[in-house]
Amino acid sequence: MSVEHASMRIIDGYARGGTDLAADELWALEAHLEACGVCRERLSAAVTAEAPAVAALVDTVWSGLEPHLAATAPLPRHRRWSARLSRWMTPTMVPWLAMVTSVTLLALLLDLADVGYGEVSPVLLLAPVLPVLGVAASWSRGLDPAYELTASVPRAGLYLVLRRTASVLVVTVPALLVGGWLTGVMVAQWLLPCLAFTSTTLALGGVVGVTRAAVALTAVWAAVIVAPTLATSRTTFALQTGGLPVWGLILALGIGVVLARRGAYSVLGAHK
Amino acid sequence: MPAVNAADIAPTSYAWEIRAAGLKVRVGRNRMAVDGLDLSLGTGIHGLLGPNGAGKTTLIRTLATVLRPTEGTLELLGESTGGLGEYRALRRRIGYLPQEFGYYKRFTVREFVEYMAWLKEVPKADIPAAVQRAVERVGLADRADEKMKALSGGMVRRVGIAQAIVNDPSILLLDEPTVGLDPAQRLRFRELLQELGTDTCVVVSTHLVEDVAAACTDVVLFAEGRLVFQGPPDELASVGGPEHEGDSPLERGYSAMLLNPAQERGTW
Repeated sequence: MSVEHASMRIIDGYARGGTDLAADELWALEAHLEACGVCRERLSAAVTAEAPAVAALVDTVWSGLEPHLAATAPLPRHRRWSARLSRWMTPTMVPWLAMVTSVTLLALLLDLADVGYGEVSPVLLLAPVLPVLGVAASWSRGLDPAYELTASVPRAGLYLVLRRTASVLVVTVPALLVGGWLTGVMVAQWLLPCLAFTSTTLALGGVVGVTRAAVALTAVWAAVIVAPTLATSRTTFALQTGGLPVWGLILALGIGVVLARRGAYSVLGAHK
Repeated sequence: MPAVNAADIAPTSYAWEIRAAGLKVRVGRNRMAVDGLDLSLGTGIHGLLGPNGAGKTTLIRTLATVLRPTEGTLELLGESTGGLGEYRALRRRIGYLPQEFGYYKRFTVREFVEYMAWLKEVPKADIPAAVQRAVERVGLADRADEKMKALSGGMVRRVGIAQAIVNDPSILLLDEPTVGLDPAQRLRFRELLQELGTDTCVVVSTHLVEDVAAACTDVVLFAEGRLVFQGPPDELASVGGPEHEGDSPLERGYSAMLLNPAQERGTW
């Protein structure tokens, strides 16, 4: 902001209509007035003193406008939390996340009630696929009515993918953490497969659509991990501590593919 | 805030807002919905006409960069959109109303348009004013704080138009915007179009010939994924004769133009 203000002579001249001011003075004054509240205030005082006709006109306009302004609804002060939440997840995701959380609680109850899967913890079996379901819901054509609009905006693509995935993880991971803590399963043992599955879903989703990828990977999980575990009542090698480096590798690969193909999430194909 | 910023006075570096050469877009496994299109569109209102299944929606989706060209080049605002990029800067300057306008029923009009403004990366400080202006332009200022589920079909369509113009786009793509509007709203919509068309490249897809006659400066006639005719509405009207089907000169011109390529294909 400039420190030097317009002189009273120029301001008074401007209030009288500016006819006795040079063009460059006029121009400089208007540019200054745009940025300077102090001089605008001095101008309004000068108008009242120097040009009563203008002041009267302004008053007439005001009195004409006032009834309209009174009738216009003011902007609501506080925005509702659900609208603010939409920046992190689509409104239609909320029921899905609620479902995912309740499944976690159910698994936990089964685990605590100890309804005999031998030494296998249901939390451990479900952990990797639960966030995948949430991620799928956030990119589903059927669940998000505004999917086409969302795909066309600048924030679509990797940015929105990461934001929505993060919000799913923020809800599911604490639920799983509590579950893991109560059942005594080591955090890394389920967190790493969980993140690996989520990143693979996104990576595959860039090619065939996120929902399709989620369905396919959940099916693979059920066939390769869950079924043999339930059949033999023993935790498979994949979920024991020895399998952790492999999960880490899958996670890194998934993240790499997602970053390399970031543009794939901004087309309609990702919403399948 | 300065009255004029650098972006406003920067010279444009492109001749056409939309320029397509040999554009092909595949839909599904092997159907080319847009099949070798050469098209140049500048500022103004372009009415995209064509029979059902001509590929209008596919073309508009490609222009909105949610579908990527299979072959050929497409330049929007001077930027080529062939690759698998995100085109964030380009998308900030595009407004898009899809044919099936999906919305969240529990949002109010203002919340929905605000959400779209945020998705379109409108600067945070400008969002309330931009939203208010967009809502006023479509005549929904008095219903702005009502939930979307309480609105009629025509009003929902107008919310769709409001979200498309909230970022002051340079390219505005409207797919069937007049569906569900009553005659009075349609007139108001044409006025809005003419206002926007002075400094924006507006592409309106429609199958209502009278919309084009009333509001558009330019007609793009499209059939089987190819360009059949491009020019002012008068020129299209002059093609039709009394022997062609239709109730208005423009409709007769439309029928005459669509007849020709069909005959050619028949002889092949």
